[in-house]
Amino acid sequence: MKRSFSALTAGILLAVSQLALAGPAIEGVEKQPINVSAIAMFMVFVLATLGITKWAAGRTKSTADFYTAGGGITGFQNGLAIAGDYMSAATLLGLTSLIYAKGYDGFIYTISFFVGWPIILFLIAERLRNLGKFTFADIASYRLDQNRIRTFAAFGSLTVVCFYLIVQMVGAGQLIQLLFGLDYNFAVICVGLLMMVYVTFGGMVATTWVQIIKACLLLGGGTVLMVLAFSRFDFSFDTLFTQAVAAHKSGIAIMAPGKLMADPVSAVSLSLALLFGTAGLPHIMMRFFTVPNAKEARKSVFYATGFIGFFFLVVMILGVSAIVIVGQDPGFFEGGVVGGKLIGGSNMPVMHLAKAVGGDVFLGFLSAVAFATILAVVSGLALAGASAISHDLYARVIKKGQATSAQEMKVTRIASVAIGCIAIILGILFKDQNVAFLVALAFGVAASVNFPVLILSMYWKGLTTRGALWGGIAGLVSAVGLVILSPAVWVKVLGNAQPVFPYDHPAIISMTTAFLVTWLMSVTDKSARAASEAEAFEEQFIRAQTGLGAASASAH
Amino acid sequence: MSQPNIQARIRSNPKFAEMVGKRSRFAITLSLIVLVPYYTFMMITAFNPALLAQPLTAGGIVTVGWPVGAVLIVGSWLLTGIYIRRANGEFDALNEQILSEARK
Repeated sequence: MKRSFSALTAGILLAVSQLALAGPAIEGVEKQPINVSAIAMFMVFVLATLGITKWAAGRTKSTADFYTAGGGITGFQNGLAIAGDYMSAATLLGLTSLIYAKGYDGFIYTISFFVGWPIILFLIAERLRNLGKFTFADIASYRLDQNRIRTFAAFGSLTVVCFYLIVQMVGAGQLIQLLFGLDYNFAVICVGLLMMVYVTFGGMVATTWVQIIKACLLLGGGTVLMVLAFSRFDFSFDTLFTQAVAAHKSGIAIMAPGKLMADPVSAVSLSLALLFGTAGLPHIMMRFFTVPNAKEARKSVFYATGFIGFFFLVVMILGVSAIVIVGQDPGFFEGGVVGGKLIGGSNMPVMHLAKAVGGDVFLGFLSAVAFATILAVVSGLALAGASAISHDLYARVIKKGQATSAQEMKVTRIASVAIGCIAIILGILFKDQNVAFLVALAFGVAASVNFPVLILSMYWKGLTTRGALWGGIAGLVSAVGLVILSPAVWVKVLGNAQPVFPYDHPAIISMTTAFLVTWLMSVTDKSARAASEAEAFEEQFIRAQTGLGAASASAH
Repeated sequence: MSQPNIQARIRSNPKFAEMVGKRSRFAITLSLIVLVPYYTFMMITAFNPALLAQPLTAGGIVTVGWPVGAVLIVGSWLLTGIYIRRANGEFDALNEQILSEARK
C-alpha cells in the first residue's frame, strides 16, 4: 500500500511539473498564458494535502475509518468541512458573477442558497446522526426492505454524485485552462488522479482535512479580497453602492428585485430545490456520520452555517465591488471594450477583481484556491459514491452483511478508482457542453428522490417499502423528465424553439409528486410487511430521539 | 439488560415524552421563524418589489432590500445558535437522565 501510494504520488507530481514547464500549447480561444505563481501555489497545496493523505492512510484501518474517519471529527472541524463542501468553485465564481451582472437579484439567489441550513439543523441533523452509520441509505432502509430500499437509495446517491461530478469536472477543466493556462484534458485528468489518491488511500480522514484546509484558504482569501476591494470605497456602503449604480448599465435597477424573481412559481421551485436538495446531497449527509454524537452533529451545522453565511455576505460585497472596479476597466474586457465580453467569460468577475486589487500574486493565490476547491469537492463526491457501491450495494445487498472488513475495503478502493476513471471520461466527453442543466438535475433528484424518503422514514410511521419505492421512482422520473422538457435542455441543448415545461427547476412538481405517490402507495399498502414496518418505527423513533444504540466513535 | 427492555423503560418514562415534545415544538417553531420570513420575502420580491426598492434613509442610495437580505442570513444563523444552546444543554441533560434511568 505504502509503496504504491508513493509511486502514484511521484508519478502525478512529475506529470504536473513537466506539463507546467512545457509552456502553453496554443489551442482553444479562451486559454490563457501559463500562470507560474498560480501553479506554484497550487503545487504547495497538492504537496501538503498529499502529506496529509499519507498520514491519513496510516490511520485508515477499518471500514469505519474509511467511510467516516472513525467518527472522530469534532463539531468545529466538521463545520468547516461541511462549509467547504458547500462553498464550491461554482459558489465563489457563480454567485459573484450573478451579483456583478444582476445586482440585487443575485443577492436573492444567494439568500436562497443559504436558508436550507438552519432547517437541516432543526429537522434532520440529530436524527441523521443517531440513525445512520455510513450512508444515507442506512437511514432510508432502517426499518424497510434492506434489498430494495437500500439498492434504490444507493442508486439515488450515485445519480446525484454522477451529475454533480460532471459539473465539477467540466468546471475544473474550463477554469484551469483559463486560470493556469493548462490544457483542458490535462486538467481533468489531473483532478481525477489526485481525487483517486486522496480517496483511495486516505478515505474520509484525508477527504475531510483536504476540505478543511481548502475552506480556510477560501474563507481567508475571500475575506482579504473583500477588505482590499472594500477599502477602495473607504468601507462605506453608501460610496460603494453610489459608484456601482453609476457604473452598471442597469443603473438604479441593480438596487431592487428585478426580473429574476418576477415569476413566483419559478422562484418557489428554485428555492425548494435549493432548500431540500441540499439536505439530499449524499456527500453532505455523509459528513454527519464523521462526528462522535448528535451533540457534535448539531455544533457542526452551527459552525457550517456561520461560515457559509459569512462567506455569502463577503461574496455580496465582492460582486458589488466588481461592478465598479472590474466593470469600468477596459483591461478586463475583450478588445478593451468596456461593457463588452469579459476576458475569460462571464464567470470571471471575482478573478479580475483579485487581479485589480491584489495584483498577479493574489490572482495566482485565488486561482490556486479555486483549483483546490474543485479538488476537495470532487473528493467528497467520490467518497460518497464509493461508499454507496461498497457499503450499500456490495456489503449489504450482495453479501447480505457477511462481507469481511477487508473485502469491503478492497471493494471501496476499487470503486473509488472506478469513479475517478468515470469522472475523467465524463469530464472529457462533456467538454464544451452546456452543463448548467446538470446542476438543476442534481438538485432536482436530490430534492425529489433522496430527500422525501429520508425525511419520511424519519418522521412518518406509515411509510412502507412499497410507498418509498413507488414514490422514489415517481420523483426520479418526474425530476429527470421535467428537466429534459425545461428550457435548459429542451431549448438550449436540444435546440427546440419553446420549452414544454417552463421552469428550469422541477422541484415544485417533482417533489410534490414524490410525496403524494409515497403517501398514496403507503396508506393503501395492507401487507403484513407494511404492518411490521410500522411496528418497527417505535424502536427507530427512540433511537432517533435519544441516540440509544447509535454508532459510536471508534477508538484511536 | 436487553435492548427491548431498555426501550420499554424509555417509552414509559414521562421525561421522554417531555423531551420529545419540547424539542419538537422548539425545532418546528424555529423552522417557522426561518421559513415564514424567507417565503414572505420571496413573495415580496415577486409581487411588490417596490417595497424593497425604497431607500433606507431619505435621499440615501442603499435600499431596504440589502439589509433585509443580510438580516435573513445573519438571523437564520443566530437561530441555529439558539437551537444548539438549548438542545445541547437542557435537552441533552434530560436525555442523559432518561438513558441512565432506563439502564438502571
